[in-house]
Formats: sequence, structure tokens, C-alpha cells
Amino acid sequence: MSAKIAVKGLKKGFENDQGSLPVVNDVSFEVADGEFVAFVGPSGCGKTTLMNIIAGFDPPDEGTVKIDGSFARGPSAKGILISQHGSVFPWLTVQQNLMFGLNGHAPSDKEQLADHYAAIVGLKGFEMSYPHELSGGMLKRAELARALVVKPEILYMDEPFSALDALLSFRMRKELLRILDEERHTVVLITHDVEEAIHLADRIFVLSARPARIQATFEVPFEHPRKLSSPEAQQLKDRILRELGA
Amino acid sequence: MKRAAQSTLWKVLPSVTVIAALIGLWWLVVDLTRSAIFPTPWQVVQGTVELIRDGTLWQHIGASLMRVGTGFGLAVLFAVPLGLWMGWVRGAFSTLNPIFQILRPISPIAWIPIAILWFGVGDESPIFLIFMSSVFPMVVQTTAGVHTIERRYLRAAENFGVSRYTLFRRVVIPAVLPQIIVGMRIGLGVAWLVVVAAEMIALRSGLGYLIIDSRNAGNRYDLVISGMVIIGLIGLSLDGIMRLLEGLRIVRWRYVR
Repeated sequence: MSAKIAVKGLKKGFENDQGSLPVVNDVSFEVADGEFVAFVGPSGCGKTTLMNIIAGFDPPDEGTVKIDGSFARGPSAKGILISQHGSVFPWLTVQQNLMFGLNGHAPSDKEQLADHYAAIVGLKGFEMSYPHELSGGMLKRAELARALVVKPEILYMDEPFSALDALLSFRMRKELLRILDEERHTVVLITHDVEEAIHLADRIFVLSARPARIQATFEVPFEHPRKLSSPEAQQLKDRILRELGA
Repeated sequence: MKRAAQSTLWKVLPSVTVIAALIGLWWLVVDLTRSAIFPTPWQVVQGTVELIRDGTLWQHIGASLMRVGTGFGLAVLFAVPLGLWMGWVRGAFSTLNPIFQILRPISPIAWIPIAILWFGVGDESPIFLIFMSSVFPMVVQTTAGVHTIERRYLRAAENFGVSRYTLFRRVVIPAVLPQIIVGMRIGLGVAWLVVVAAEMIALRSGLGYLIIDSRNAGNRYDLVISGMVIIGLIGLSLDGIMRLLEGLRIVRWRYVR
């Protein structure tokens, strides 16, 4: 069986005054259906660029991205990107945001689905609220629900919880794991937080400093719920941090 | 309740004091110089009462509001779709923007001879001048609004695979709406600003006409100043009405934070 995501030989550079600045350098990897992979790398290494290419928003200079064996041609609702800075439409209510991507459903079904997913992420009672009336954590929940409601096969998450404080970030991770336990998605997560990667992922790719290339790969062989303070988890964290040069 | 009233009082007190002081100063200077032409504030009040009593004030206000309403309304109908189009379609922007940038700095007053040539002396000419004065700020604001929509919103919409029509209707227009309202505020402000100049070529009505006519027919400077103050007060009210639009739920997101 072919991989859900197959990335081969990705290269990307940006033009600037000094010529071409290489950002992604020969990245290849595969992700199995239902697998949760995380990329960790130093700040500014090209993680977001890599994610934008994989999710179909930017074309690579070289290399290919295949989804279910077919070449990816631009973004699609098959894989939803949850961006670092959030993209919940501020002019729509939570419910309208959740209904935004639901094409081909009857209006009453859309409302029902939207409200169901709002409840799943803990936003019951806030369906009619506007984003500016929500807290940072609630906004992230709304964004997650908007992605989940269209039942994407893949979730691309670019530092989704980095703007939240440590406690809230931890809670959101637990929430995400609970949801993924109920409905399985293939997930590609980008993070600078090694602990977050160990908490969530099945496999962790360590990226080098810019231009990003995969420097090491780690399996995370722990059952959920994971105990991050366990000696094994700590050991893995130390190994990854060493790889990152910390 | 009492505290709220007190705090409002403290807020308005300084500006009310300054206005009162300016009126007092005006009165004093006119008294001291024994001016035969320049009126005291009281004479302006009497002049205004005279205009109210004979009913002409309402006719002038009505005529001015009608012209500004028509000219500005036509400008909105023209500028908003055009600005959206110019913002969205690169070719439209590169073709039309230079023309707008050349036309924009031309004072509406410069259009007066052309307005008379094209429309004669009547309602059409001032309406045309008001249209010309308010259309450019609205086109520019709307276009800039489209250009500054954050990419993350456009990408999110693209990600959900919505049609271009849906993207435009549900993302572009609501994202630009606050900027459109800003453009409308500026446009209406400018439209009201040129009403005096525009009504120099009006047929016997309008606040601009009132001012020019009061000066020409008997040096009635009390009515000139009365007209000026009324223009100021109505301008303030119109801006207040436009500001109410900023409170609409669909655009409030832009003003919180």
C-alpha cells in the first residue's frame, strides 16, 4: 500500500538581494495513513515553508509531493492547514466559520454539524460568538473545529499552540489527542517544542538549521496517555535536544 | 447613573468652555472695534431665528442635503464596486490606478467651469461636483482594503475549496467592509466640505447659496456666519451617522483589539 503522503527531494529557495537563499534542501519522507508525524527544528529553519509546500500552497523548486499516490496540485479540503497565526474569519460567528467549508450540505445539516463540532472542542454555548469575543485558547479550538468539521483526511498543523501559555497548550494537546482517538486523521505537525512533539507524535523528524533538511528521525514508542516525566520520555527528549544542538 | 452623568459632564466641560471663551472673545472684539459689518454672536442668533421663522433655512438645508445625498450616493454606487474590482483584478488596477492618481489631486473647484459647460446652472452641476469630490477617496480606500486583506484568510478560504464567487462574497467583501466605511466617512466629509463651492452655481437654494447670497445681497454677514455654523453642525451630525456604521456587528471586529 502506498503512503498517505510521499514527499521526495523537495527543494525551495527565495530570491533576495544576494541571490537565491535556499530554505528547504532535499527533504524526503513518507507518512502512513493515520500516522501522526512531527517536525521539530530551530526557529527560522524553514519549517513553515516546508509545510506550505506539503499542504499545496507553495510550489517547490524541485521535488514532488504525492497524496494517496497522486501528485498534489494546490490546496484542497482533503488536507486542512491550521496556521500559526490563526485564520478564523473575524467577521463570521463561530458557527458561520464552522459552516464555511461545508459545501454540498443542506443548511440545517450544516448548522447541526457545526454545532456538533463546536461541542466536541468545548465551544458549546459560543456558537453565535464572534472571534473577538473569544479567548486565545477558544480561538484555537474554533480553528481546530473548523478544520475537523469538513472531515479532512490530513491535518497540517503549523505551530498551532505556540501562542498559548504552557498550561493551555498542554490542555489543547490533550484535547487534540482525545479527538484523534475518536476520529483518526493523518497529522503533520510543525513545532519548535520538543515536548509537544513527544506528547503527540508517532514519529519525529528533526530538521537542521536553514536550509532545512531532515537530520534525524525518532520513533516515539510510548502508548497514550503519555507520561512526559517518565525516564524514557526524558531520555528521548534529551536525544532530540542534542540533535538540535541544545 | 449619577456618576455616569458626572463623568460625561467632565468630558465635555473643557471643549464647551473653550467654545464659550471663543464666542466671548468674538463678541468682545466686535464690540471693541465697533464693526458695522461683522456681526456679534447675538446678531447671528437673531439672523438664524429670522431664517427659521420665514422657513427658508429648512429649504436651504433640504436642498443641500438632497444634493450631497445624491452626489455622494452615486459616488458610493460607483466607487465601491470599482474599488473592489481594482483591488481584486491586477490588470484593472494597473490600468485605472494611474488615471485616478492624476484626477485625485485636482480640486473639485477646478471642475466648476466644466460642470457648468456640461450640466448648466441647476441641481446637476453641484451634484456632479460633489460626486467628483467624494468618489476618489472611496475608490482609493476600497482598493487599498482589498490589497491589505491578510493572506491567511484568503489561504484558509482556498483550502476549503470554495468557489471564486464565494471567496469574494464571504471573505473579500466582509474583510474590506471596514475600509469601505472609512472611505465613506472621508467621502461624505469631503462632499459636505465642497457643498458651498458647489452651490455657488446652484439655483437659489442650498446652504452654500445662502452664504454667497447673504454676502452679495446686502452684506448680511450674520446670515453668512449662521450658514457656516449650520454647515459645521450638520457635517458633525453626518459624521456621527457614518460612525454608527462602525458599530455594526459585521464590522465591529475591526475596531476591538
